[in-house]
Amino acid sequence: MNVWGAWQAVTSSPLFGMTITLAAYWLATVIWARTGRHSAANPVLITIVLIATAITVLRVPYEEYFTGAQFINFLLGPATVALGLPLYRQAATIRRAAPIVIAGITTGSVTAIATGYWITKALGGSREMALSMAPKSATTPITIALSQQIGGVPSLSAVFAIVAGITGAVAAPRILNLLRITDPRARGLAIGVASHGLGTSRALLEDETTGAFSGLAMALNGLATSLLVEIVLRLIRA
Amino acid sequence: MLGGLVVILICQLVGVFVVAATGLPVPGPVVGMVLFLVILMVRRPPDSAGLARAGDLLLRYLPLFFVPAGVGIVSYLPLLAQQWLPVTVGLFGSWFLALAVTGAVATLLSRWRRGRGVAR
Repeated sequence: MNVWGAWQAVTSSPLFGMTITLAAYWLATVIWARTGRHSAANPVLITIVLIATAITVLRVPYEEYFTGAQFINFLLGPATVALGLPLYRQAATIRRAAPIVIAGITTGSVTAIATGYWITKALGGSREMALSMAPKSATTPITIALSQQIGGVPSLSAVFAIVAGITGAVAAPRILNLLRITDPRARGLAIGVASHGLGTSRALLEDETTGAFSGLAMALNGLATSLLVEIVLRLIRA
Repeated sequence: MLGGLVVILICQLVGVFVVAATGLPVPGPVVGMVLFLVILMVRRPPDSAGLARAGDLLLRYLPLFFVPAGVGIVSYLPLLAQQWLPVTVGLFGSWFLALAVTGAVATLLSRWRRGRGVAR
């Protein structure tokens, strides 16, 4: 009996990467539910840690894992298109508060891109690292696509985006209180721009207006960052 | 719902086509998102319609879809260890500034509008 050969047949099958991704995500949502859905026990982060540990221990190269996981990765595109849905649902909100929404999101988007690149670079980070940081506040699927486009590392950008999201879910309301930003619309916009979907899930707990503006800011900031990232990078490097 | 999914996939394909044809510096799926938004605004489907249900299904599992890319970080752990300071300060610093600037601009603008008596 060739147990080693059989095991290799399992790990090199595309089904392996797909199965451990779904299994780890399922396990992570169970853990998350056990913690009472605490923001810091974010299921995506737990899933990534579980899989990263598993493939390291099992000595499965990332490329081999990805041959199966690519089928899940592939759905990022259609899911990005589906972000038009929350935008459509917030259309009435946009019309009512258009100047505030547009000004807030545009300045926030430029700030996130420019300071993400500039701080990382100024403190001695590589150009690749700084470019991976620049699109981190666009919502994660858009961050991944933009990182690829501007010469960053999509995997790093994905993790930066998730950490920015979790930070917002855990700390944004308290920090906004310290900054004395009390208007629920301003709070929602700020959380959505800085922490996209993960921040929005927290903003929805605060109140309906904050949640609606955060969801709106998330979708519009994805769009704004797409349109502005190359322009801003060209300007600050000039 | 399958019909809704087909519409979403076609939006993405058109987005990819537009980006390839025009050289627009925006990801194809983002152009697809704008197209999908236009279709929704024209057709105004209720939440029970296939178009909305297909979109909601994808959004429900959205976090799962970025797991494979995130796991790729295993290949960059030495790089992160080497550049931990710029990465940490860049990430949290830029996060804080984006939050503060957006919140401040929106607050100032809504106060100014209110001061001028513009309806809220």
